[in-house]
Amino acid sequence: MPKGVLQRRRSIIPGFGLTMGITIFALSVIVLIPLSAVFVTTAGMSFDEFVAAALSKRALSAYRLSFGAAAVAAAVNAVFGLLTAWVLVRYEFTGKRVVSALVDLPFALPTAVAGIALTALYAPNGWIGRWLAPLGVDIAFTPRGVVVALIFVGLPFVVRTVEPVLADLGADVEEAAATLGASRRQTFVRVILPAIAPALVTGCALAFARAVGEYGSVIFIAGNMPFRSEIAPLLIVVQLEQFNTAGATAIAATMLVISFALLFAINLLQVWQRRLRSA
Amino acid sequence: MRRIAFLVAGLGLLMSNGVGAATLSLLNASYDPTRELYREINPAFAQAWKARTGDDVTINQSHGGSGKQARSVIDGLEADVVTLALAYDIDNIARRAKLLPANWQTRLPANATPYYSTVVFLVRKGNPKAIRDWDDLARKGVKVITPNPKTSGGARWNFLAAWGYGQKTYGSPAAAEAFVKRVFANVPVLDSGARGATVNFAERGLGDVLVTWENEALLATRELGADRFEIIMPSVSIRAEPPVALVDKVVDKRGTRAVAEAYLQFLYSAPAQEIAAAKGYRPRDPAVLARYRARFPRVPLFEIDRNFGGWTKAHKLFFSDGGVFDRIYAGDE
Repeated sequence: MPKGVLQRRRSIIPGFGLTMGITIFALSVIVLIPLSAVFVTTAGMSFDEFVAAALSKRALSAYRLSFGAAAVAAAVNAVFGLLTAWVLVRYEFTGKRVVSALVDLPFALPTAVAGIALTALYAPNGWIGRWLAPLGVDIAFTPRGVVVALIFVGLPFVVRTVEPVLADLGADVEEAAATLGASRRQTFVRVILPAIAPALVTGCALAFARAVGEYGSVIFIAGNMPFRSEIAPLLIVVQLEQFNTAGATAIAATMLVISFALLFAINLLQVWQRRLRSA
Repeated sequence: MRRIAFLVAGLGLLMSNGVGAATLSLLNASYDPTRELYREINPAFAQAWKARTGDDVTINQSHGGSGKQARSVIDGLEADVVTLALAYDIDNIARRAKLLPANWQTRLPANATPYYSTVVFLVRKGNPKAIRDWDDLARKGVKVITPNPKTSGGARWNFLAAWGYGQKTYGSPAAAEAFVKRVFANVPVLDSGARGATVNFAERGLGDVLVTWENEALLATRELGADRFEIIMPSVSIRAEPPVALVDKVVDKRGTRAVAEAYLQFLYSAPAQEIAAAKGYRPRDPAVLARYRARFPRVPLFEIDRNFGGWTKAHKLFFSDGGVFDRIYAGDE
């Protein structure tokens, strides 16, 4: 953007001033002002206090778990979400609408319900947990449980962003690739994947972002042991529980900055990739 | 379309209830385990108030973690009365939002706690791990379930009871800290709230012993089956006092001082004390307590003010950042 963000490029569609004004106003009220309140609250702290609250060893291990588990969950969802989208777009089968509705369920379900249900399933005496426990694999009350919960809440993001792109792609592209002698593998890797990659990355980024801040479902399955299975949002709640709003916002601000940096990087990556392809 | 029509109609009904009718209403902001208690006390009070004044009164309940409720009141939730798990939380409402005077705890009898409880152990039927006292919680191979004292008011009572036992038995604060460290090494999961810990112990089959309020243990045996659990009373425990208070600024603004004061005093009356005892809280009324003696065995109790110098001091020492609780986990880095 060479001339500044708000610079208007000549467009035949009128109403730029009005729509931009509304956009900025809405963004400010809904996103920017609440977020800036976080930073204003931390501004009341001295630098040392901020570092003590936001960068304590316990907080660092919580960030590691929150961002690490969210990344693993996003990666798992990239594979299974793509597969699910593929099945929903390319095949006709009875009950397809039901499956499609099921995919959206994690959007609608209160996350606490999801957490309780997953804990009941994966606890050592649960339906799934009781088969895994003898093998020495504990899911509930370990960091693995955190990943399971985050996969659950993140799945629809990947499916719903990839699905329309996949549908647009159409079977004719694949047929063309096949007539030109491409193997199935080549068709997937060189034709389909590049076309849906931006959507896939967006979906993963959304799933990741959602997972980083997830509290409701994780809290039941995590076990919440300091330095082991304690997520960063829990530390925020711990600080609030001590009426230490500044400490809580210090951790929140740190998470915000990391999340923003990661999402911004992903966006840049996509822009770069798009340029590479159109060049 | 029809659903929207219903919604609008429902909303209209709600609003006409609040504005039109001449009935009084109170909001009681309480903590989690008191749901069952106030569900019975509130209608009893409404009846008594109607008999005395002829006015109708509805009491709305809000439940949540004690600290969270206190924060909501500080942030503007218009609760006429607060009935929370710890004096510390009400102290904070007084200190931070100045909604009630600092001496609120002296305005009602018995530290402003109409009922109290203590910390007991819930074990599985037959007590397979032979858990009798706090020492057994520190034994190798025993799994202890207790919520996180950083997020749960109830868990702070558990922690202080264990620490008090450690100090009484082993002599020094340092030895007491080493003792609770051994106990917490046996804790596989730190739930964020007391109810969550109960569910993990009772439903998920986690752990050998649940450290919990007596009222929660009584509720668990009543609701989930007396044939599955046993309550073990340790040799010494703590007097867990969940206090109640009038929020002066709110009642003066809403004009509900008289009824709110009567409501809190009603909690000390014989009928309310009877309900509290039936729900597993130890009543203050000696006559009611005598009738429920079999359920509430005598046990020496530590007290927060006498043994720990009050909540503000105890909180700073044990549960603030870098306090005793953080220290016992610091070795795990």
